[in-house]
Amino acid sequence: MEGEQGRWQEVNTTHSLIRPRRRFREWILERVFWAAAFASVLIVVLIFAFLLSNGLQAFREIDLIGFLTGTIWQPVSEEPKYGLVPMLTGSLLVTGLSIALSVPISILCATYLSQVASPAVREIAKPMIEMLAAVPSVVYGFVALVIIADMIQSAFHNPIRLNALNASVVLTLMVAPTIVSISEDAISSVPQEYKEAALALGASKWEMISKVVLPSSLSGIFVAVMLGIGRAIGETMAVLMAAGNAAVVTFNPLASVETMTAVIAIEMGEVTFNSTHFYALFAVGVVLFVFTLVINLVAQVIVRRYKALGR
Amino acid sequence: MTSKATTQRIAFLVLRLSALAMIVAVFALLGYLVWNGAPVLSLQFLLESPREGMSAGGVFPAIVGTFYLTLLTLALALPLGVAAAIYLSEYADPRRSKTLYLIRTATVVLAGIPSIVYGLLGLGLFVLFLRLGFSILSSALTLSFLTLPVIVSASEEALRTVPMSYREGALALGATKWQVVRDAVLPFAVPGILTACILGLARAAGETAPILLTGAAYYLPELPNSIFDQFMALPFHIFALSTQSVNPKLTRPIQFGSVLVLLLLVLSLNVIAIVIRSYYRRKYRRAAG
Repeated sequence: MEGEQGRWQEVNTTHSLIRPRRRFREWILERVFWAAAFASVLIVVLIFAFLLSNGLQAFREIDLIGFLTGTIWQPVSEEPKYGLVPMLTGSLLVTGLSIALSVPISILCATYLSQVASPAVREIAKPMIEMLAAVPSVVYGFVALVIIADMIQSAFHNPIRLNALNASVVLTLMVAPTIVSISEDAISSVPQEYKEAALALGASKWEMISKVVLPSSLSGIFVAVMLGIGRAIGETMAVLMAAGNAAVVTFNPLASVETMTAVIAIEMGEVTFNSTHFYALFAVGVVLFVFTLVINLVAQVIVRRYKALGR
Repeated sequence: MTSKATTQRIAFLVLRLSALAMIVAVFALLGYLVWNGAPVLSLQFLLESPREGMSAGGVFPAIVGTFYLTLLTLALALPLGVAAAIYLSEYADPRRSKTLYLIRTATVVLAGIPSIVYGLLGLGLFVLFLRLGFSILSSALTLSFLTLPVIVSASEEALRTVPMSYREGALALGATKWQVVRDAVLPFAVPGILTACILGLARAAGETAPILLTGAAYYLPELPNSIFDQFMALPFHIFALSTQSVNPKLTRPIQFGSVLVLLLLVLSLNVIAIVIRSYYRRKYRRAAG
């Protein structure tokens, strides 16, 4: 099939037997389609260049080291301070917690759907879980604000209503479908021969799953977790509405924190355009962009490697 | 031997329970929102403007705003996305080409960029640099970048499900490549491309962060007249009412109602997309087999 596909895509569009005007149209259209596909590359470059050119202007007034290591973010005061560390720790705390909460249950769930559940159960359950991924983030934020916050507050007798744990719990719901869906695909793609060989050696079904299937789908599961982290770190509305938004350096899950995404969303609305504060928010955007870029590229490289192994 | 069986029984129980927990979470979430939102929903709620400083009335302007915004987004992203998908599925040689690798990587990267970063780009590029102002157009341009990867990958999948024999048949009749694509591939990919549109619409309708920075307004007395006007939108409406208003507790019912409207809109779009996709997948599997 691969070979045949190659042949179709290589069809000569400018053969000399094609009438010149038609040949010209073929030639033009192929370039138009190529340009449209290449637009994605241009957009990525555009976004990065644009963020960078704006972000860098912040460093005419603040210094880069101070920005990356400063622990105080006070852009509107007599002596403005632009320290990114509170947002870095905020993002890491919320993301880390939500990944810790969502990874175990998501992988167990994916294993169940792929190896244990009957096809009928899988056909119903998988789309249902994937439906969680379609729910808009503002709805999750709303749920966190209205009910999850109260549940956490009464469970921990915590005076602070909106906190990092609240954001993490709601992020868990948002990230889980991504991890379930991708790792279910990875677990299901383990070749049948591996499983048959394990069973033929006298393994029980669980031994087959735990000693053969899961280890050989580890790279796919890893990709799923990476993409989950990417989604969690970039999530804006839900975290903004749930986490309380206090720019303090803390690793206490029951304290209010502010993430990089939230600080941009909140302060961009009140900032004077083209001020240092404005550019500093673009600089936060650059950091965020680089984080997600690295996460996605690593995931992409792993996907490529195990696809190459499969063939 | 018994211990082996017991281990397996316990392990499977844990697996089953975790899947069950997930399903329960889905039902709890949707059930909670439907239970609280349903009493508020009425034709009046959908067709009325907010009254008395947003504390009464309906969400009509927000629905209209979201409608304009998503349609314009689609009009911008669809031609580009489908053209890109045609290249990826019909023209690009899968065995070589560094550009193809670059394009695929860029699509993955685009899909992973946080929505607030798109908002920053929209604010800097469209609102300020290109002087389009806070407007439907700025927001739609921003969202079209964001929905592009969704549309490209869904359209590419649609084109790839068209059986190779259709192309071969048309080629054998002497059609040129573009004639084959136009007459023997695209018409059969239309349902799949429709799925791509719907998924793109659903994605654009639910996004808040990008429009927060590029043109959504808390309250406007009039509906937008042109694409250069600001607009109200459902997701932003929910955000603003529940966090920015003077007394968020007072307007809780309206918030629940708005959430349910948005949820029904987005989820029904997704369900429609899934139904169309599975129907045509089955159909072509038969045609190809």
